[in-house]
Order: sequence, then C-alpha cells, then structure tokens
Amino acid sequence: MSNDFTETPVAGSAASARSRGHFVAPLEETPLVAIDAVKVAEKRSNLWIDAWRDARRRPIFWISGALIFLVLLVAVFPGLFTSVAPNNDCQLSLSNGAATAGHPLGFTKQGCDVYSRIINGTSTSLTVGIIVILLTTVLGVVFGAFAGFYGGWLDSFLSRIGDIFFSIPYILAAVVIMSVLSEYRSVWTISLAIGIFAWPSTARVLRAEILSVKQSDYVMASEALGVSKLRILFRHVLPNSIAPVIAITTISLAAAIVAEATLSFLGVGLGSDIMSWGNEINQAQRDIRTHPQTLIYPSIALSVTVFAFILMGEVIREALDPKARALR
Amino acid sequence: MSSAYDQKPDAGAPLLEIKNLEVGFQTQNGLVQAVRGASLTLRAGETLAIVGESGSGKSTTAHAVINLLPGSGQVTGGQILFEGRDLTKFTQNEMEDVRGKLIGFVPQDPMSNLNPVWSIGFQVEEAIKANGIATGKKEIKKHAIEVLKEAGLADADKRLRQFPHQFSGGMRQRVLIGMGLSSRPKLLIADEPTSALDVTVQRTILDNLEKLTREIGTALLFITHDLGLAAERAEHLVVMYKGQVVESGPSKEILQNPLHPYTQRLVAAAPSLASRRIQSSSHALGDIDYSAPTSARGVDLIKAAENRAEQQAVAPKREASIVVENLTKVYKIRGSKGDFKAVDDVSFQIERGTTTALVGESGSGKSTVAKMLLRLEDVTAGKILINGTDTAPLKGRALLDLRRKMQPVFQDPYGSLDPLRNIGNTIAEPLTTHKIGDSASRRARVLELLDQVSLPATLATRYPNELSGGQRQRVAIARALALKPDIVILDEAVSALDVLVQAQILQLLTDLQTELGLTYLFITHDLAVVRVIADNVCVMQRGKIVEKATTDEVFDHPQMEYTKELLNAIPGAGIALGV
Amino acid sequence: MAGYILRRLLQAIPVFIGTTFLIYFMVFALPGDPIIALFGDKTPNPAIVAQLRAQYHLDQPFIVQYLIYMGGIFRGDFGISFSGQPVTEILARTFPVTLRLAVIALLIETIAGILVGMIAGLRKGKIFDGTTLAVSLILISLPVFVIAFVAQFVFGVQLGWARTTVGTGAPTQDLILPAFVLASISFAQIVRLTRSSVIETSGLDFVRTAYSKGLGRRRIVPVHILRNSLIPVVTYLATDFGVLLVGATVTEGIFNVPGVGNTLYQAIIRGEGPTVVSFVTVMVLIYLLVNLAVDLLYGLLDPRIRYVK
Repeated sequence: MSNDFTETPVAGSAASARSRGHFVAPLEETPLVAIDAVKVAEKRSNLWIDAWRDARRRPIFWISGALIFLVLLVAVFPGLFTSVAPNNDCQLSLSNGAATAGHPLGFTKQGCDVYSRIINGTSTSLTVGIIVILLTTVLGVVFGAFAGFYGGWLDSFLSRIGDIFFSIPYILAAVVIMSVLSEYRSVWTISLAIGIFAWPSTARVLRAEILSVKQSDYVMASEALGVSKLRILFRHVLPNSIAPVIAITTISLAAAIVAEATLSFLGVGLGSDIMSWGNEINQAQRDIRTHPQTLIYPSIALSVTVFAFILMGEVIREALDPKARALR
Repeated sequence: MSSAYDQKPDAGAPLLEIKNLEVGFQTQNGLVQAVRGASLTLRAGETLAIVGESGSGKSTTAHAVINLLPGSGQVTGGQILFEGRDLTKFTQNEMEDVRGKLIGFVPQDPMSNLNPVWSIGFQVEEAIKANGIATGKKEIKKHAIEVLKEAGLADADKRLRQFPHQFSGGMRQRVLIGMGLSSRPKLLIADEPTSALDVTVQRTILDNLEKLTREIGTALLFITHDLGLAAERAEHLVVMYKGQVVESGPSKEILQNPLHPYTQRLVAAAPSLASRRIQSSSHALGDIDYSAPTSARGVDLIKAAENRAEQQAVAPKREASIVVENLTKVYKIRGSKGDFKAVDDVSFQIERGTTTALVGESGSGKSTVAKMLLRLEDVTAGKILINGTDTAPLKGRALLDLRRKMQPVFQDPYGSLDPLRNIGNTIAEPLTTHKIGDSASRRARVLELLDQVSLPATLATRYPNELSGGQRQRVAIARALALKPDIVILDEAVSALDVLVQAQILQLLTDLQTELGLTYLFITHDLAVVRVIADNVCVMQRGKIVEKATTDEVFDHPQMEYTKELLNAIPGAGIALGV
Repeated sequence: MAGYILRRLLQAIPVFIGTTFLIYFMVFALPGDPIIALFGDKTPNPAIVAQLRAQYHLDQPFIVQYLIYMGGIFRGDFGISFSGQPVTEILARTFPVTLRLAVIALLIETIAGILVGMIAGLRKGKIFDGTTLAVSLILISLPVFVIAFVAQFVFGVQLGWARTTVGTGAPTQDLILPAFVLASISFAQIVRLTRSSVIETSGLDFVRTAYSKGLGRRRIVPVHILRNSLIPVVTYLATDFGVLLVGATVTEGIFNVPGVGNTLYQAIIRGEGPTVVSFVTVMVLIYLLVNLAVDLLYGLLDPRIRYVK
C-alpha cells in the first residue's frame, strides 16, 4: 500500500496530488469569512445565565430542589403534615410503642408520637442553619473581601485572625461556649456559637478568589478611570468572586444543621424543651438495642435534609465553576 | 515490532504522509470537526511547517500524528502513514514504541510541560530509559548529561538535580527539545516551540533546534502561527484554515506567490513580513490579487505604514504631550538585601498626535512605565509631565481630570472586560464615573463609540463571554475613548490576538489616531508590529532605555547591539520576498 | 527550606497565642460566674471550686490570669479535671489509645480513599465513577453519630461481628469498628478530592509530554498523575484534622473507647465544664501541631516550596 505513494502522484489519487508541489484548495471548499465577524444571534451568556442553563438541565438540581422545598414547607407549616401535638398527646403507656394507625413511626420512650416530633423539629434545624450561614457569610465576606482586596498589613492582620478562629474546630468551640452558656441555651445562642467559629473557611475561599480577580485588567482599567477603590470592590471585584462563596454557603448550611444536631446529641445543644432532631437522637440512643426506630427516623430526617443541601451545593458549585463542570 | 523500522527509508520516499485526515471532538452538541481532509507529505530529513491561526486545526493535526489528542478528540477518517504504516491503526502499546523513539515531540509552553515535582534529571533519564537508549544507572545519567549539553545547557551535570521552577523558560524549552531528540527520532514534531518565549531567546533556541535536527537527520514538523517564522525555518509550508489545508508548497513560492485568498491575507497581515518588506525599498505588492474583494484581502499593514510615513514627513514639529524625565521605580523585595530597580532613569517624550513604541522583552520594565504614567504605581524618582503638568502631586479632582485625558488598553482580551457587566455598561463606566451627561446622552455616546470601533449597536446589551478576543479589545478601545482622551496607552494591546485580527485592530488604531488626533504610547515586545504603527521607538532593556530614535532610524541604522539582536530576531530575515 | 521552616514556625506563634487566648476569653468573658457556670446544673464541690479559682487566678486582672494560665500550658500543666485529677495524668492514660484509633482510621481513609478516588478519576464517566460519586455524597450527608449508631447496630448488635463497646485496655481488634466509623467521615471527601485532582492532573501538559516521551500508562499514572495529585489531598488531611478530632470525640463516646475523645465526651454529657475546657484546649493544640507538621512535610511533597528562599 505504502509503495503506491512515491514521488510521482498516482493518477486519480487526489490526496497525494495535493500534498506535494504547490497545491491550492479551491475557494469553494473553504469559503473565506470576514475577519473577526460579529455574530449576535447567539444565546446570551455570562456566568449566571450559563449557570442557570447548566443547572436546570440536571435532574439532581430538581431532585434536591424539591427536597429542599419540602423541608422548607414542613418547617414553616408543620400543621400541614401532622395534627398530633408533639408534646401534649404523650402517653407513658405508649412508651417505645410500635406504629399504629395515625402514628406511622411509633412512639418515643415518653410515649410521644415520633412522626409529629420529627415534623415539629424541622424548623429548629433549619432556623439554626440559616442563622449560621447568615453569620458566616457576613463575617466571611467582610474579612475575606477586605483582606484579599486591600492586601498588605490589613490582609496579614485579618488573615491571622481568621487563622486563629480556624484553628479551633468550630464544633469544639461551640461545645465550650455552650458549656459556659448552659443557662442560656436557645436557637440563637447555638447559632452564634457555631457561626462565630465557622466563618474563616468562607473568608479563605473569598480571599483567594479576590486575589485572582483583582489582578484582572478590567480592575486596572477601572482604576485608571478614577473609579474609587471601594466602588471597584463592590461593582467589579466582589460580584466576580462571590460564586464560590454561594456554593460553599449551601454546603455550610448542611454543616450547620449537622453541628446543631451533634451539639444537641452531646447534650450541650438546645435545651431539652426545644424540639430538634439532635435532641430526639440524644433521647433515643440508650434504647438503640431494643427500639432502634426512635433513633433511626430522626436520623433519616436529618440525613435526608443534609443530603438535599449538599446535593444542591454540588449542583451550584458545578454550575458556577466551569472547571468543576469539566470534572463531571 | 520495532525492527520493522530499522530499515532505512529509501531517499525520497515519504517519511510521514497524512492523507485526508479527519479529526473530531465529541461535545455536548455532537461531533465537531477540527480537521477536515487535511493532507501533507514530509520526507526524511525535511522541514515542513504548518501555519494557521488559533482554531485552524494545525496543532490538532500534529497531536493526531502521535495519537495524543486532548480530551474527546478522535481521528474519524483518513490515514497517517509513517514509513508506510498507518499510525491510526496502531494500538496503545504499539504507539508507545513509536512515541519518543521514532517520533519526538516538543510542546508549546515550556512552563507547563515539565512535571514540577520531579527533578530535571529524573525527567530526562525517564525518557532515556523508556526508549532503551541506555541501560544501567550510570550510563543513563551519562546520557542525560549529554542530552542537556547538546541542548545547550552549560554545567549540565549540576543542573540534573534541579527542579523545573529553578529554570527559566528558555532553559526549560532546551530541556524539552533535548528530551524530544534524545533517542534520535526520525521525526520531531515541534508545536509552537518558542511562542511563549522572549524574541531573542526564541532565535537561539530555534537555531539550536535547526542545528540538532540537521546533525541527526531528523525531519521536522513545525507548527506555528507566524508565517514569517515558518518560511524562515521550513522548506515546505502547509497553510491551514478552519481545519482544512488551503495551500501548500515550497515556502519561498508561497510567500512570493500566495494563490489562495486566505494565504494572501496572511501574507499581507503578518507583521514580521510587513516589517521586512518595508525595509526592502520596493513597495510594490507583488502578485497579490487585487481583484479579490477587499474583505477577502483583509488588512494591509504595509499600506498603513506607508501612509503613516508620508504623513510624518509633511507634519510640522508638534508640542510634547508626554514628557518623562529620569523616571525610576524601585521595588523593595522582602527578605533580600538588594532592591529591584524595575525602571532605571528613563526619559523620553511623545509629541501630540504621534505614536511612540516602548519595546522590550519581559522584565524590561516597559509595563511599569505605563503603570506609572497612568498613576497606578507610585514614582520612586523622576518626573512625568502630561501636557506640561507634573502628575505626581495631583489629587482628587485634578487627578480625575488627568485620568480623563489619558486612558489605557491592556493586553489580555479575556481579562480586560468585567465578565458580569454588559458591553454598554462597560463602555459607559467612564461616563458615569466622571458624571458626564444623563443616561440618555450616555446611551447615545455608547452607540457612537461602538460604531467608532466598528461594532454593531446590538452588542450593547451583550456580555463579554459572547465576544471574540479581537471584539473584546475593540470594546476596551471604545471604553478608553469614551472620555475623549488625548492620550491612549496601549499595553501589549494586540499581543494576544491572532495575526489577522491583530492587523485589523492595528488598522483601527491608526484610523482612530488620524480621526481624533490621539497620542499613543504603544508598549510591546514585538518589534515587528512597531514598524507598522510607531513613529518613534524606545528600546528598553533591564529597566533602561538603550536606544531612542525614529522608527526608520532604529530599523535601518540600529546603534546598539541589543537593538540589532531584537531586529535579527524578527523572523523572515533570510527570505527573498516577492516584492 | 530552612527559611521556609523558620517562617512557618514564626507564623504559628501568633496563632497559638490567639487560640489559647480565645478559649480563655470564651470561658471568662461570657456572662455569669464562669466557675459556677462551668458546673452547669450540677452542685459544685466547694473544694474544687476553690481550686479552680486559684488555678484561673480569678482575683487577678484578666490579662494576668491569662498569662499565668499560659505559663501553665508551657510547663505542660493543663489544670485539673472535675474529679480533681490533673489533666496531664488523664492524658498520659488516654492519649495512646486515641493515637492508635486515629492512626488506624487515617490509614483506612487515606489508603482506601486515594485508591477509590484514583480509580474513579481514571475511569471518569464510567459506572464505577458514577457510583462512587453518588455513594460519597450520601456518606458526606450522614452525621458521624448516625454512622456510629448504624455501625454499632448492624455490625455489633445484629451481625455480632464486633463488640459494641470497647473492652478494657482497648485491644486493637476492638478499635477496628470505631476506626472504620471515624474513617468514614473523611473517606468520601478524600475520594472526591483525589478523583478531581487525578482528572485535572491527567489533563495537564506535562502528562501529555510524558506520553510523548514514550512512557506507558503504567508508569505515568503513579509517577506523574498520582504523585502530583497527592499534594491537595495532604493539604486537605491537615485542615480536616479538626473534623477527625470532633469525630473521635463522638465515636469514642459511642463505642466507649477509653481515649481522649471519650474523656471529653463524658465530661460534656456530664456537664463537667472545667474538664471540657482543658480537653478542648489540648485538642486545639494537637490540631495546631499537626497542621504545623504537615506544612513542614509539605516541602517534601512539593519542591517548589522546598526551594523558596
């Protein structure tokens, strides 16, 4: 085969003819296009438009979205899902009782309806989660943005403070705070206790992003226009570096819910009068051998909620980060 | 298996023959063809260059030869005959025996092509071992030292233990070339081997590459975007456009007599060729087919340069717009004793309505000068006068007024526009910042500016993502012009663009200058571009201006050794052009 | 390298001072009598209270109190526990157990995590990869105490493969189940990180160059892809050590492992504040030391850091 293609092109072999000598392709074969022609008919595209276009195509976006919507609905309107009062209808005679009609998940040790307690505990978890991410986002954005954008001694100072808070694992810190505040245990104190130590990871992510965004030529161009530093930060730098913070915040919400449950499980979380999944698990753990259902059901509620937020965080992260999208 | 290759190819028989090659990439929207029916022939010991812009399929063709297409790329048709055997039919294992041993590869970017966690010696020895060139630890090491010495690295034995980050870009590329040639392959594929390097380094590296391949008798498949470079280094040219070969043949013939309109466009737009051609006294444009429509011919840089020269000749002496006196910038380096003098006693002035080019290689301090002019960096010593006013003490209102008179356009087309703001808002930002007009008049001005840079008004509501690099640079120019400045500082503003787009933007800049009487400070590493745009040239080296003269003087009678070196580094010196 | 070590050590000093100060501050700046508050709803033993007041020098100004406390830490004195036992003594007894548990867990999570992550990364888009991603997301969503209870119930109670609580002396075979539980927390993260790191590295230029040199996949995967992918994994392990400590507290508590974590766990559920504070301080110090050690080791993994002046 290879011998067919030597110096002189074999008649009929166009490929060989065009690869030797001065070959010119016919113009019709590759019509010339105007240099750098503008095509405006294409779809609009920027980070957020692209992200939405990407996310809405994915089933897990809709699955996690539906789960989150359901959890929110339960938290805001528990009455829609159960009419059994979580505390008042308890009967000790039903202690650790199996499921009966109207009580699909059985009863706790105190004889309360497990299903009703799970439904009514939802808002606690969610409230804590939301307060914590509000706190971590505000602190994280302030620290991260100023440290990254202004640099210099301010960066060293703010970053060192972040390092200090980062060096105390936030659950351990919350354990100490909640131990000291044993008389003041509420949704607010536990949220503060978690949030005060959970912000540095947000700050670090934002700082790193800002460090790279502020190198952009458009930042320099705005500076050369005379746009003030603060305005550059808020108009150009922050909007372009906030994307990873949004992804991490969704995941932080899940982490905060886990943290609250862990603290309650350890007995330093919410007071036993506040209904929460962590408290339920704490109450049930001694009967794990004989009545696993009182422990399993709140655990499932907790895990599914956390799963929904983590899944959503993943979807958001991948939608907003073309690099993460490539890993799919 | 490999014994089949031991026989010498009979002279004249093709070493590599690509026939009707089709390469596609699997994307979400189906198969996208990157190479469509490309054919070429390369004989033993010959040098062939594939020339094309980004996206032309030139690199894809080269990668297909050694079966290293990125990601989802696959050969969908045609043949790649290497010594008569079709490489597209080879298994992975068979390909491993070909790669390195029979076909060497030199990649584009030396910075990313060496593994940062292993020493240079480790990576060279690894290649030697894999191809069975030497066995035994000592022998391999000896061989590695030889490879590096050949590639032009002094004290190679000490260098073996060092890591890539301790090497400069040029040294890394030498290592990569050494590795590519270490097993004396019959073919070496060099994919833009020097485009990431400084021009003077480029030249020595290419000279070395040429010398080595000639000594060994290796055929060279050379990929480049620079027509001048291709013609200078290769006997045979293949011009690719949109995945197809549009023209191929002997280099000289193609340069002197380009037949395909696309090749004609390239020849007219390549700065290296243009600058050469201006140098040769005749201005006739050879056989370029003027009957082709203007859009097909593209931009003619030489014409632009001629007009400039004519205008300069008749222009009266004008007042200075920018005066820079003894400008110095010193950076304190933490932890080291000596400070770093980025800019050292630099003085020059630019007359109103003219263009001065500040030329230098990376690290010469040219961009620092620009930033000091723009008041983005503080001045350590010296003075900057804009229209007679010292800029250093300006604050508040006065500083804003200065900024209004002087606007920059930066290099990176992908970083020059805020990706989250639409084009209209981006161009209007100067107006809002300086509180000029109301929203209606601003909108009108944005449309006017878009028109000035030849962009449709519909782009105002679009986002930078939707534009090409050249279009983004045009938007950046529109933003710079919004305040009707006197001075525009162009910091490598066209360096990242493809040749044709580059020529188009240069043309636009020239037109705008004539129309608006702008003063340009044109900062670049590319002396070739200077010839077509600048009236005066300052050559910078290590923070100092080493030569300062009119463009013609610098090109025709360079005084300093360094300037001569830069001029020689413009590819295409040895080519007799069809002029 | 020496400069790097020195700089890193210098950086650690303000963080060390800051963290201890912060813990001390949390205990004493929050409302109420700190000593009484620490006992929660328990009736404090007056003798212990007196001892604590002396230990924390509550009659002195705050800064002086802190300095005296710091002096103690430097001498290895972490105060006394609720029961009046010096914390140092408890540590000497419990630390080796926790160390054993942590080492087993770390081995499991890193070896299995890197292996699974690597295979998934190399087979991106295949069934194994998809399954791994799904399972790892589920695993990440499960709080450690849920995993611990499920493991205890399934493997301990139902299957009877392991003891639900660890025996005296904490024999290593009893630590296997808790170690798996502890490892499961970070396992999924290591899998995901290794996977993405392997995919990213595989696409880098130097990997293609390695292929172009004629190297085979068998050499490129371990030498060029995996070796480089380990750098972010090691960084993750260091920052994640805090999660391991919290996990150890919960896991040791549930499986009754006689380690540092269990001591803290018991102190927390019994509301023994002073012990909680002491042990949290100890854990934070361990965390700081581990991070410092990993940062220094980093130089071995990444030559770019080794040779920074």
